[in-house]
Amino acid sequence: MILVLVDHDRGELDPLSLRALTAARKLGQDIEAVVIGKDGAGVAGVVGEYGAKVLHVATHADITDYTPQASGRALKDLVEKLNPAAVIAAGSPRGNEQLAHLAAFLDAPMASDCSSITLGSPHVVQRARWAGNLIEEANVHSPLLIASIFPFSTEPESANAGAATLSEFQPILEASDTVVRVLSRDSGESKSGGVTLTDAKVIVSGGRGVGGPEGFSKLEELAALMEGTVGCSRVVTASGWRPHAEQVGQTGSKVAPDLYIACGISGAMQHIAGMKNSKTIVVINTDPEAPILNYADYAIIGDLHQVLPALTSAVREAKG
Amino acid sequence: MDVLVCLKRVPLAGGTLILTPDAKDIETKHLGFGISPHEENAVEAGVQLVEQMGGTLTLLTLGPSDAEEQLRAQLAIGATRAVLLETDGQEWDPQGTAAALVDAIKAEETQFDLIIFGAESVDSAGYQIHVRVAHALNRPIVTNVKAMKIENGVASCERVVATGREHYEAPLPAIVTVRDGLNIPRYPSVPGRMQARKKPVDMKKAEPRVPKLEKLNLTIAPSKSTGAEILGNGADAVPALVEVLKKIGAL
Repeated sequence: MILVLVDHDRGELDPLSLRALTAARKLGQDIEAVVIGKDGAGVAGVVGEYGAKVLHVATHADITDYTPQASGRALKDLVEKLNPAAVIAAGSPRGNEQLAHLAAFLDAPMASDCSSITLGSPHVVQRARWAGNLIEEANVHSPLLIASIFPFSTEPESANAGAATLSEFQPILEASDTVVRVLSRDSGESKSGGVTLTDAKVIVSGGRGVGGPEGFSKLEELAALMEGTVGCSRVVTASGWRPHAEQVGQTGSKVAPDLYIACGISGAMQHIAGMKNSKTIVVINTDPEAPILNYADYAIIGDLHQVLPALTSAVREAKG
Repeated sequence: MDVLVCLKRVPLAGGTLILTPDAKDIETKHLGFGISPHEENAVEAGVQLVEQMGGTLTLLTLGPSDAEEQLRAQLAIGATRAVLLETDGQEWDPQGTAAALVDAIKAEETQFDLIIFGAESVDSAGYQIHVRVAHALNRPIVTNVKAMKIENGVASCERVVATGREHYEAPLPAIVTVRDGLNIPRYPSVPGRMQARKKPVDMKKAEPRVPKLEKLNLTIAPSKSTGAEILGNGADAVPALVEVLKKIGAL
């Protein structure tokens, strides 16, 4: 049996978990899922559809929101009870963090950002290094495989199955497990139209070639017209032209929109790592030799300050 | 306030990676070395805390003896001293690395109030060494911190997520991992560089353990092999792009 940690935020399913469920299903064993916190029980329908027969729900009076070490403890309790061959989660910050707590409790190895898993003795994984620019093949010497799935390496596929059976359990927590937890939230830096980078279907992204903060108004106009949002490269946030929340790349957000328009971005490896899984990549750049062209589908060689206004008016016209 | 920052020496690869003939590592003959971007923020945070509150900033790394270069560079930023756990040059697995760091931290006379890691290393990004160290030292840990204040013995931290910001607190002694954006790392000053040459770097031999996550080989991930279709030059190419956008359903 493979146990999949399904992540949720106050009851709302993390879509990357569906990719983790899909990847787990490919291992050819029964799938059971686990959510931490009673708010998570609502995902039973969808995790069932994606192939989990049972949804274990860790409930505890002291788990009222994200509490990573308590998650690790709950996973440990469940692993000891169910003895799965593997524990799998999405390779998201939360997925990796909760698995790391499990691995630390068990003093067992953990392989993060896996794109391929072969169960055995040892288990063999392929995992992302250099933010996906390199693939490492590695042996995992442990009866239990703890692995996270590299975001975007697996497309979510429904198994068309019915809802998972709910099974509640109460982990036995120690006081130290609940010290670090989400105490409060705020909605953060407001974005135009409320579209976040990770949800956006269209991202118009700018780099050094934009030339300064003023130049981004051209990107904003096109993004708003296409119901998308603005992203940028690291040099842009490091120069203070745009807020850090908009940074795409290894040190910012990893995104995979339907359309990524890279304007004046040469394509440092750390930026490529954050956007190369976009469905269609369009580059607007003055340099026909820019590395980003190796990852793009289409390119216009030219100055974004001339191309973008023409593109914006053409898109406006096409939309009527 | 005594702060410890953990670092990793990594090659500074720009646009492309080349592998060694045995495909076990990346070819570094023509590359410089540095630390990961998030770790620059970790050192800056440590320097600022010691400036504000007094105390010491210690750096700790596990790596080849050449990692002294990275330690000296960060000592020039304002750290007090450094410890280098010297390996044979092979990269260790996360469990082995964490265990060696824990042994070294326990062997220190100082009980560090705060231990800071970068959120992820630029090369291997295993997302676990910091958590393993926290468990071994029985300390609370907050990861991916993008804003931090230390007040009344508590590290008050913010983490940026898709829906906004989350607020966490960890009573000291604690561990945090920090992200790019936490602060703007400073450049070393000339006097800083001069002083760094004389600051103490303790070299200790580290005994390797049998890796449980055993690296076998590396391959370069495939990129889109066909390359980009060039639609044209300048604004004249816009009609061709509009056709593409219609074809893919974006319009």
